[in-house]
Amino acid sequence: MRYAMAIDTAKCVGCGDCVVACQTENNVPHGYCRDWIVENVSGSYPNVQIELRSERCNHCDNAPCVRCCPTGSSHIAEGGIVLVTPEECIGCGACIESCPYDARYVHPDFGYVDKCTFCKHRVDKGQNPACVDVCPTHCLHFGDLDDPNSDVSKALKNRDWKVLAPEAGTKPQLYFLI
Amino acid sequence: MKTRREFIKISTAGAGAAALGLHSLNVKGFDLFKNESIESVSDEDMTPYPTYCEVCFWKCAGWTYVDKKGKIRKIIGNKHDPHSNGRLCPRGTGGIGMYYDEDRLKYPLIRETKPDGSQYFRRATWDEALDKVAGKMKEIAEKYGPESFGLFNHGNPGAHFEHLMRAYGSESNAEPAFANCRGPRSVAYFSTFGAYIGSPENTDIRDTRCLVLIGSHIGENMHNSQVQEMSQAIDNGATIITVDPRLSTAASKSKYWLPIKPSTDIALLLAWIHVLIYEELYNKKFVEKYTFGFDQLKEHVKDMTPEWAYGITTIEPELIRRTAREMAGAAPHVVIHPGRHVVWYGDDTQRERAMAILTALLGAWGKRGSLYFSEGIHVPHYPQPEYPEPKWTWKDIHGDKYKLATMGITTEILKASVPKYGYKHQIKAWLVAGTNLPLSLPDKKLFKEAADAVEFIAVMDTMPMDITGYADVVLPEATYLERYDFLRAAPNRVPTIALRMPAAKPKYESKPGWWIAKQIGERLGLHDYFNYDDYSEVIDWQLKQLGTSLEEMKKIGVKEFPRESGPLYLGDDEDFEFNTSTGKIELYSLDLADNGFDPLPVYTPHPEPPEGFYRLIYGRAPMHTFSRTTNNPNLYDLMPENNVWVNPKIADLWGLKNGDEVWLKNQDGAVTNFPVKVRVTERIRWDSVYMVHGFGHNDKRLSRAYGKGASDELMITNIMIDPVMGGAGMRGNFITFLKEKPENKEEVES
Amino acid sequence: MKEELFVSGRNIPNIDPYLHLWHWEIPLYLFLGGLSAGILFFAGYFYVMRKERDMSATIKLAPLFVPFFLVIGLGALFLDLHHKLYFWQLYTTIRFESPMSWGAWTLMAVTPLSILWAFSYLRDVFPNLKWPYAWLDKLEEILKKYRKAMAWVLMMLSIILGVYTGILLSAFNARPLWNTSILGPLFLVSGFSTGLAFTILLSKSKYERKVLTRIDLIFIFTELFFIIHMLMGLQAGTQVSLEAAGLFLGGEFTVTFWVFVVILGLAFPATLEVLELRGYHVPGWIPSALILIGGLVFRFVILEAGQITRYLY
Ligand SMILES: Nc1nc2c(c(=O)[nH]1)N[C@H]1C(S)=C(S)[C@@H](COP(=O)(O)OP(=O)(O)OC[C@H]3O[C@@H](n4cnc5c(=O)[nH]c(N)nc54)[C@H](O)[C@@H]3O)O[C@H]1N2
Ligand SMILES: Nc1nc2c(c(=O)[nH]1)N[C@H]1C(S)=C(S)[C@@H](COP(=O)(O)OP(=O)(O)OC[C@H]3O[C@@H](n4cnc5c(=O)[nH]c(N)nc54)[C@H](O)[C@@H]3O)O[C@H]1N2
Ligand code: SF4
Ligand code: SF4
Ligand code: SF4
Ligand code: SF4
Ligand code: SF4
Ligand SMILES: [Mo]
Repeated sequence: MRYAMAIDTAKCVGCGDCVVACQTENNVPHGYCRDWIVENVSGSYPNVQIELRSERCNHCDNAPCVRCCPTGSSHIAEGGIVLVTPEECIGCGACIESCPYDARYVHPDFGYVDKCTFCKHRVDKGQNPACVDVCPTHCLHFGDLDDPNSDVSKALKNRDWKVLAPEAGTKPQLYFLI
Repeated sequence: MKTRREFIKISTAGAGAAALGLHSLNVKGFDLFKNESIESVSDEDMTPYPTYCEVCFWKCAGWTYVDKKGKIRKIIGNKHDPHSNGRLCPRGTGGIGMYYDEDRLKYPLIRETKPDGSQYFRRATWDEALDKVAGKMKEIAEKYGPESFGLFNHGNPGAHFEHLMRAYGSESNAEPAFANCRGPRSVAYFSTFGAYIGSPENTDIRDTRCLVLIGSHIGENMHNSQVQEMSQAIDNGATIITVDPRLSTAASKSKYWLPIKPSTDIALLLAWIHVLIYEELYNKKFVEKYTFGFDQLKEHVKDMTPEWAYGITTIEPELIRRTAREMAGAAPHVVIHPGRHVVWYGDDTQRERAMAILTALLGAWGKRGSLYFSEGIHVPHYPQPEYPEPKWTWKDIHGDKYKLATMGITTEILKASVPKYGYKHQIKAWLVAGTNLPLSLPDKKLFKEAADAVEFIAVMDTMPMDITGYADVVLPEATYLERYDFLRAAPNRVPTIALRMPAAKPKYESKPGWWIAKQIGERLGLHDYFNYDDYSEVIDWQLKQLGTSLEEMKKIGVKEFPRESGPLYLGDDEDFEFNTSTGKIELYSLDLADNGFDPLPVYTPHPEPPEGFYRLIYGRAPMHTFSRTTNNPNLYDLMPENNVWVNPKIADLWGLKNGDEVWLKNQDGAVTNFPVKVRVTERIRWDSVYMVHGFGHNDKRLSRAYGKGASDELMITNIMIDPVMGGAGMRGNFITFLKEKPENKEEVES
Repeated sequence: MKEELFVSGRNIPNIDPYLHLWHWEIPLYLFLGGLSAGILFFAGYFYVMRKERDMSATIKLAPLFVPFFLVIGLGALFLDLHHKLYFWQLYTTIRFESPMSWGAWTLMAVTPLSILWAFSYLRDVFPNLKWPYAWLDKLEEILKKYRKAMAWVLMMLSIILGVYTGILLSAFNARPLWNTSILGPLFLVSGFSTGLAFTILLSKSKYERKVLTRIDLIFIFTELFFIIHMLMGLQAGTQVSLEAAGLFLGGEFTVTFWVFVVILGLAFPATLEVLELRGYHVPGWIPSALILIGGLVFRFVILEAGQITRYLY
């Protein structure tokens, strides 16, 4: 089993619903976020293009954050979900320094490191992550790459996609449909 | 100059300071024994309460999830609701912040004057506040008649006060939703099709083959199901054509983006009509059967070729032709989106008319993928006596002007409040409910004159918004998550009703709007209009009439009813009587002609920005609703301030870099209260700048939003009034940049 | 024009707009670690070379400071932890892939050993000292017997420690500036050089100073070579490493780096040392102090600059 997400940049409107939904679902403290939106503008008026991307932890197959963690708090859980165990985390920040996507932060109230969990508490029950279920444009697709009928597999089937910073060698599992 | 009604910037010593103190005490401790991670709670461990959203007027139904400790955790869309389809927009999801915002209005406030003449708000009891409002209402009624008590309202809270005012004998009300928003569209579509567009718009975007957006910036304009349907249209491979001087998000997803020179849309529309007619691409059968005035139209647009329009709009003739053909190819499954905020240049009814005509020529009305027949359900009125007949209403305030207006015009009520404008019917006091006038109405000078002239202002709001600074009495309403409210029965593809019920007790001393209206009503001896102890009784009674009950609705939130008005679309060749004077779609409008207006839309050139000035255009950001969400802690996180979009060429000229702070000054010398950051971007033309509306709050009680970004409203001093219906056209204003803080720019009143 | 922005208003403290998570604690910790490694290595080395008499500052005096340096360094590391009360989790597991982990374990081994070593020489330095308990005398006896073994272990551990101070950073290939294998040897050499400088500062013996200065010169030149090698490596790399190198070649760290680290911290003291060896009179503390300060600044600069560099996508 290999969980992954596909983000359809052709449909994302950059509304940030996925960000607020994550905040309320996962108690993300104000001023922090587990997912965020990047807008990329290129060209010059009136030949301008925009790419909108909803980004979060890439749940990398070759996760440097897990490698760098001195306590094993950062680990890879079932389905390739990269998680942090708060009770094992010393808050040293090594994983933050090691993540090329700046996907992690130190929880301001508690001091352990926090990040996107792919909403494991929902996924375990067969639900989609909160951000996926809220997106008004249905541009987030989640599921098991090993299952050809999963939402994410279907979304990837007939479309071109890219991953972010492949040269960092992290084997990211967020696929951006272009 | 000191005005009678000094704008109160800082609240009661007590309330404000207490809030501040608590805030700064929130220091990070060493948290040795602090409860570790606040776990994400699974849905099964929470109780969902039905609600519909009040963060904008789309009114999406959803569920408020409350955990075992009674804490509201999240709001999720209701799957059976056609407005939300189970997904709220970012503002609806973040609506939770309205409830948690620690800056909320907490108790009733009454304006007091100190011996030295300065004014402040005193925390008052509900009895004091209600007595005061009711007392003033009695006084005004005795002195001038109840008609002189005006009401500015918007959304649900306003509706309870509308009921109160009608029971009291006044219909002198106006909401920004008409003259500052959809008015021209209502009038134009009514005079063409004999039908309104309504809200939600009856646009069949889901099934369209071609979506034409003229200014509508869906995706930034986050009206929920509409955004969802646009995404479905993209999936279905529909062609999207967007006309916008700015690369809007929708434009970036469009096959054709027409980067039009602002204020010239009518020329483009007429050229499209010309192409359809003279290339014989229009739907002949439809036009013949259902329309009136084709020949006049044909003659009218004879010379309005794409080449003609090119000189005006800067859109290449070939592109105009190609897009017209594209529409014709997809007809009748075309949505010419009627827009919503359409008060732009003062000839807006005419522009909307041109859009309606284009729609008719394509036969894109009453067909799959065009405009469908929506249907709402009629919720029976709770028993009450007839409302008294006022001696005069908003209509009489307008006098002979704006004959086709269907609602009160905000600007007119303001003017009627100032004796020097010599209105026959004078407004002497205001109730304001659910509208933040200083940030919603253009022409700040007029607003201030009016606020200063009236004898009394009572404001019901949930937040210490700028408008409350002008109030004599502030009535804190509970948020929508804490109260019962009207049943939602908006029209849609299928009729539905939706319930809003409290998910938690009102915080602080805030009270539901229905309660406040009732308490005032009781004090005025209007008990018969408020014959219930709790609003749930009214709802339950209404639901029983509809064959359901409060009990059932608490479980389902939304209930669907069968359509009764017939199918969603017009049958092939079906006879149809339009509600116009000819019974047909009036390409040539007799209504307009009768009232002395152009029966066919005419392009008139509008002033262009003078040297060194740029046209101010504005719009929405998907994560905010006007001024109401900018202090919302969740949504503030997404976008704390607006910025002014400047084309790189112009930025170069001015030596402006990304993030530089500037003040804006308009053609009349008005300057923004606060500096605003520059965003240098290719998404905007070189003759215009763009801002998101709703920022630049000037009330310090809004601890987050205060002073963040700038208010576009302050830059709108020139309003171009639509002679047909009194719309306040707001895009005829030009700004320039001030790189230094302007001299003697004290903190100006909002 | 190209434009990239966060639409969702992402503004996480210490992470946006660029990473600034590690502050003064980590460079101080790395500096003290390198310094200690330098001192311990040469203490061990000259002990094994049987120079106990000629090199007393190296073998006896300087190592007395090491436990303090290490404890301060560990204290700094502790201060930097955000979930402090869970620090013991570091010692529940060893993760070889995580330099942070084996570094912590190395320190766990080095610190007590350095205390024992210092303890065994304490009465050499302070002859009047008397132990209050008899078992301490016993311990001293035993330690003296095992000095040679301790010296060998210390040499090994101090190399690991020195390399670790560099590898800690180079393991983070998310930060292009650090993403170079030269950082391990570079920090090792630099650490040893600061250790030598510190010992020179303490030494009163002309002979000892001369020996140490000669060695130090070799280290300084090696360090300069590694620095140039590092910059050239980055220059030859991808866009992101080019930008990283740019920080030192015209970018915001250019002055600090070239003036304080390369010139005042390496080249100038090296010149002074050469002059001194040639017999010119140079106040002995000046080159040493410059090297120590340069070494500290070097770690601050690399840390700060590294956190600014990132992948572009
Ligand atoms: N997120 C969010 N969504 C909202 C709201 C909100 O507050 N927040 N408010 C809701 C309400 S009440 C309304 S009325 C609607 C309004 O939403 P719309 O009806 O979509 O409003 P417009 O004024 O048409 O949209 C502004 C767009 O017009 C473009 N524009 C400016 N000048 C011209 C011009 O001369 N010609 C053309 N063709 N385009 C021009 C601007 O660049 C901008 O993209 O939004 C609704 N949706
Ligand atoms: N410059 C400029 N002006 C504009 C527009 C623009 O785009 N640019 N847009 C125009 C359009 S389209 C419209 S529709 C109008 C909208 O104008 P308004 O309806 O005035 O918009 P808001 O600024 O959202 O103000 C709503 C007020 O209601 C309060 N409120 C929110 N919820 C509740 C509640 O539950 N109870 C009570 N009692 N109060 C509540 C808020 O705190 C706020 O004070 O603005 C118009 N004005
Ligand atoms: S909710 Fe969907 S459309 Fe909105 S920003 Fe997130 S991914 Fe994009
Ligand atoms: S994105 Fe960052 S935090 Fe997530 S798995 Fe990859 S390296 Fe780790
Ligand atoms: S901060 Fe926590 S999760 Fe990250 S590396 Fe350190 S111990 Fe591991
Ligand atoms: S998957 Fe869950 S935790 Fe991750 S960004 Fe989406 S909502 Fe947040
Ligand atoms: S569109 Fe968004 S803000 Fe408006 S009612 Fe629906 S969820 Fe609420
Ligand atoms: Mo509106």
